[in-house]
Amino acid sequence: MSTIQQTLARGSISFSRPQYWRRKFTNRLMLSITGIMTLIALVPLFWIIGYVIYKGGQYISLDLFTQMPRPLGVQGGGVLHAIQGTLLLSVLAGIFSIPPGILAAFFAARFPNTPIGIAVRFGTDVMSGVPSIVVGMFAYALIVKVQGHFSALAGGFALALIMLPTVIRTTEEMIKLVPQSLREASLALGAAEWKTSISVILPAAANGIVTGIILGLARASGETAPLLFTALGNERFDAVAIVTNGINAKQSLWVILQRLLGQPVDSLPLTLWKYAQQPFPERINQSWAVAFVLMLLILTLNIVARLWVHFRSTKIRG
Amino acid sequence: MKSLSHPATANPYLIKLRNFWNHGDRLWNGIIMLMAVLVLLIVLGIGYLLWIDSSSARELFGIRFIIPTLDASWNPVTNNYQAWPFIYGTLITSIFALFIALPISLGISIFLAELCPGWLRLPLGWLIELLAAIPSVVYGLWGIFIFLPSVITPLGNFLGSVLGPIPIIGMLFAGSIPAGGTSRLAASVILAIMITPTITAVSRDVLLAIPRAQREASLALGSTEWEMIWQVLLPYGLSGILGAIILGLGRALGETMAVTMVIGNSIEGSLSLLRPGYTMASIIANEFAEALSNLHSEAMVQIALILFFITLFLNLIARLLVWRVARRTPQEGR
Repeated sequence: MSTIQQTLARGSISFSRPQYWRRKFTNRLMLSITGIMTLIALVPLFWIIGYVIYKGGQYISLDLFTQMPRPLGVQGGGVLHAIQGTLLLSVLAGIFSIPPGILAAFFAARFPNTPIGIAVRFGTDVMSGVPSIVVGMFAYALIVKVQGHFSALAGGFALALIMLPTVIRTTEEMIKLVPQSLREASLALGAAEWKTSISVILPAAANGIVTGIILGLARASGETAPLLFTALGNERFDAVAIVTNGINAKQSLWVILQRLLGQPVDSLPLTLWKYAQQPFPERINQSWAVAFVLMLLILTLNIVARLWVHFRSTKIRG
Repeated sequence: MKSLSHPATANPYLIKLRNFWNHGDRLWNGIIMLMAVLVLLIVLGIGYLLWIDSSSARELFGIRFIIPTLDASWNPVTNNYQAWPFIYGTLITSIFALFIALPISLGISIFLAELCPGWLRLPLGWLIELLAAIPSVVYGLWGIFIFLPSVITPLGNFLGSVLGPIPIIGMLFAGSIPAGGTSRLAASVILAIMITPTITAVSRDVLLAIPRAQREASLALGSTEWEMIWQVLLPYGLSGILGAIILGLGRALGETMAVTMVIGNSIEGSLSLLRPGYTMASIIANEFAEALSNLHSEAMVQIALILFFITLFLNLIARLLVWRVARRTPQEGR
């Protein structure tokens, strides 16, 4: 209440005529300024989305999705390698981040006031603030330096670290939203804690967790910085060829997997970055097309996740 | 609970084993604790590995690495590295970005929390948050080809001619902006766009968490809506909003790709916002994969280490501030 006392003491609330008009004017002015600020912030959003759709839409073609890149100067070609790479890296990031993330979130939700529980929540907060380039350097030091070469594995690990805070935080929130009575009912029926967690709490929270995973994936698949010195980029990466050759040569699954994960790969944002820096118009045009695909992917993931949460939550409330 | 046993399993050893494992709960608790510890180990591991990997650079350069200087060298041939130009670039672009983003974000969060009709609040909030979802390379691409030539170059020329002659501030606006617009100013403006959603989201939540009684009391005393916002809500949520600002600053410091694409990447002595520069993140992005020598890469690891500690520190402060508002709120009012 002290703020109101200060207000009174400052004497700004008075009803003499000119002051009244001045206050009314200030009120109108400042309130409309906040509206204008909102409009200003929306300008770049629509400008970027609109321009990428306009410019990228011109250069988008079926070849982009089905062809490998051609040498410079040769017309056509696509970014199939980057699409495959993005998929591979996303899958790896998901494998590395979703199971540990969900389990760690179970811990944080189950034991929130233990030292480790508090530390996990603080740790995820800190982790989400660590610059992505620093995360990339960590993955470099941990995997690339030890292995001695750049690889999809290191890139997937770096992206997993980008996803991890989002997964943990949303999962924890969702577990907390599951009614306590549901948990108690399961325990009262004699189910063990782990059984309750896996077959009662997890399904009840599944929708929110999936949303968190989608948002995390959307964030991770747009990242470039952590891939610069982990996945590095590789214009000749062809996952389909590796797999079919491997099957034809009767290689074991392990060998195929090693060849798939052991070499550098490209991803859509990485390709965009490289192409945008080259002085060749066809490469720059392609980078607009890649931007189009990337934005479509990420905005779709975001919108789907948000709509999902929105309609689920209104359903529960109503 | 321990005496609970299944009649079907007569084997006493199995029952003993079950009781020991608490029907599997001990294992489960062990696993989830292990994963929780793993998350912590990763955060600690980032700091530890960067610390170890920069040891010889730290020993060799010492404090000289980060002290301000005008003729800093970053020379892979003579193996002499000083990080001041990058630190300066990061600081000046982030602070200037904050300078631009703060009034805009505050305006938006006030609009979203107080003024806008209920049906508009959610979609508008989404739109602002979409700004954070756009990948930073796309910002960079749009920046170099569209935004810089059409907005930053004229803006830079204008600022240079208006603010350039003023004695002290003029140092920040000296020189002329390159025709393409690649400059620290460009990086600042792009950063401002990118951190706006972060600051907006957090400060909107802070404003929405303020008890209704505070608003009603102020309005009942006869203040206008703006006076209520300015004299009651903002002071009340001040520490939370400060937290939002610091979170935004943390994002700006670590942002890599968009900045690398628009800042021009040059180490010149100029302090001016209108000239090309370099940031800590962009030197790493540009040179780390092709580091020429061990010392070269260690110098960059040391820059990453500095960046890590700064963002760690900022995050700690920001979270503490935001938590303080959240903790205080239920006790008063309601």
